[in-house]
Amino acid sequence: MSSDLVIDVSGITKRFGGKTVVDRLALQVKRGEIFGFLGPNGSGKTTFIRMLCGLLTPDAGEGTCLGYDVRTQQAEIKRHVGYMTQKFSYYDDLSIRENLDFIARIYAVPDRRAAVDRSLERLGLASRSHQLAGQLSGGWKQRLALAACLIHSPRLLLLDEPTAGVDPKARRDFWDEIHQLASDGLTVLVTTHYMDEAERCHQIAYLAYGRLLVRGSVEEVVAGAGLSTWEITGPELGRLAHHLREQPGIGEVIAFGNTLHVSSPDSTRAAQMLASLVPTHRVRAIEPELEDVFISLMRTAEDNFQ
Amino acid sequence: MRRFSFSRLWAIALKEVVQMKRDRATFAMMIGIPLVQLLLFGFAINADPKNLPTLIVDADGGPFARTLVHAMQQSAYFRVIGTATEAEAADALQRGDTQFVLNIPVDFTRRILRGEKPAVLLEADATDPAATGPALAALQPVIRTLFARDLPGPLTSLIPEEGPVDFLIHRRYNPEGITQYNIVPGLMGVVLTMTMVIITALAITRERERGTMENLLATPVRPGEVLAGKILPYIIVGYIQITLILIAARWLFAVPFQGSIVLLYTSALLFIAANLAVGITFSTVSTNQLQAVQLAFFFFLPSLLLSGFMFPFRGMPEWAQTLGSALPLTHFLRLVRGVMLKGNGLVESAVHLWPIAIFLAAAWTIALKRYRQTLD
Repeated sequence: MSSDLVIDVSGITKRFGGKTVVDRLALQVKRGEIFGFLGPNGSGKTTFIRMLCGLLTPDAGEGTCLGYDVRTQQAEIKRHVGYMTQKFSYYDDLSIRENLDFIARIYAVPDRRAAVDRSLERLGLASRSHQLAGQLSGGWKQRLALAACLIHSPRLLLLDEPTAGVDPKARRDFWDEIHQLASDGLTVLVTTHYMDEAERCHQIAYLAYGRLLVRGSVEEVVAGAGLSTWEITGPELGRLAHHLREQPGIGEVIAFGNTLHVSSPDSTRAAQMLASLVPTHRVRAIEPELEDVFISLMRTAEDNFQ
Repeated sequence: MRRFSFSRLWAIALKEVVQMKRDRATFAMMIGIPLVQLLLFGFAINADPKNLPTLIVDADGGPFARTLVHAMQQSAYFRVIGTATEAEAADALQRGDTQFVLNIPVDFTRRILRGEKPAVLLEADATDPAATGPALAALQPVIRTLFARDLPGPLTSLIPEEGPVDFLIHRRYNPEGITQYNIVPGLMGVVLTMTMVIITALAITRERERGTMENLLATPVRPGEVLAGKILPYIIVGYIQITLILIAARWLFAVPFQGSIVLLYTSALLFIAANLAVGITFSTVSTNQLQAVQLAFFFFLPSLLLSGFMFPFRGMPEWAQTLGSALPLTHFLRLVRGVMLKGNGLVESAVHLWPIAIFLAAAWTIALKRYRQTLD
């Protein structure tokens, strides 16, 4: 492996029953990178992450994670990966300190007591260390989970929808923390549904029906989509949106507050169509946003795979 | 890190103890079940019921009738609750108000004096054979000795003669036939079966149900470490239960302890481990805690009924005995009763130990096979 690639897999496939959940997925992630994994529910994100950290064995495909073979060296991978599950999966009936202490013991962290103290301090949990995990709010649970999967100083962090159900302030703190960790050399693979979070990633990939549809930096993904987007303001936007959706050549019509975003892969045709609105509405070409791109991708994927 | 790590095992065990302490209901179950069962079974079950309500229909009224009634009461099995007419007595039997009706015919005293061997009708509510059996068996000796005192002079010839052969009966190990001597040592096995299977089944299913299993699997901890770490605290709980029961046996029920306590504690380890393995196997096939408990009961009921704890093992048909022999409780009961009442040593106990060992090996193999390290 190239020493710079923390994740380097190809052809990864997983089937459950007759259904292919992850289909010939290839992915390379560099050291210190924050890699965002996006895609609709059920697109195979969680399954892929579970294969990376040794919880599932791929049916086909090969590759390395941290230089260890994902098919045969799962035990080694587990020692150097921090995995934060989608659902809070620490012990509700243990206190914060007891949870951290348990995980530290499992990973045989050297100088355990000090490591737990440091971890409590760093994540601002020290004052609550004796509170039972089950009594914590969503944001605090997430902090605990992050602290727990960092306690053994992993080299790769796998975060499965870490900010679901967490308030915006806590979410921002969380991402600041992630960036801090990445700048220290930790590699992070994170799944999310939030566009603002995707935009904070160095690299993103979009997954649908088990396949990787696009990958690259946010700018690359937006540019690569070949999408043109217009912003429309004016009266009776609801009816207009309905009307526009019927038109050929118009891709997506999304309501954003008092404006409509119309995007289309067929720029000239859509422009002609929208020109007819000018007397009553204001039409302005804008940069497509990530969300426009993803919704368009999702639509295309539906057409192709269903 | 392929090696078995004792520090990871220890981590799991410590966590399990903390969780056990916090989970009041489970903790209460572990200590409460043995106590409640001890009190209920120990004080309530009696295979030799006495003082059974008896109605007298006395058409004779003579002295010998009174002697008969008196003698039956003396046997302690019959408690006369009154006299009645034939019709009233029939009603009482039907309703279950009385267990026995003793009908003494009109010319009872006169016919005895004539040496005619009059018939006396004892009607029993025999819907439950176990309730009437011992009382009926006690009746014959009562009759035999009954009139020895009342039949003077020439009538002594009416006293029944002894048979040509004399049976000498030694009721060994429990000469007084005290039910507790049998029940209380048996309870040890019953309590362990019940709590050990349910607790382990719950302990592992809970991890899966709450999603913590996924986290555990993502760590370097190995299946053997998880399983061993989970059962270690429960082995200790099992020993606490055994100790509780032994204390009660000694000071509450005065059950003799003839054998070696070391032998009992050592062999109990085998039995506890066997039940824990069953619990783990159940946990691997159930998706939630309710299912785990249901499965545990599926194992517990045959254990209770076919092991010889409730009903005499040799009274069961061949197939039921075969089924019962497959259960570890059957052998553990014999072992405990043997050690406590008969003073059996290791040599005599070995015959009960190896079937438990085989069961243990089989159950562990299945448990380890079924418990997976990945989510595949």
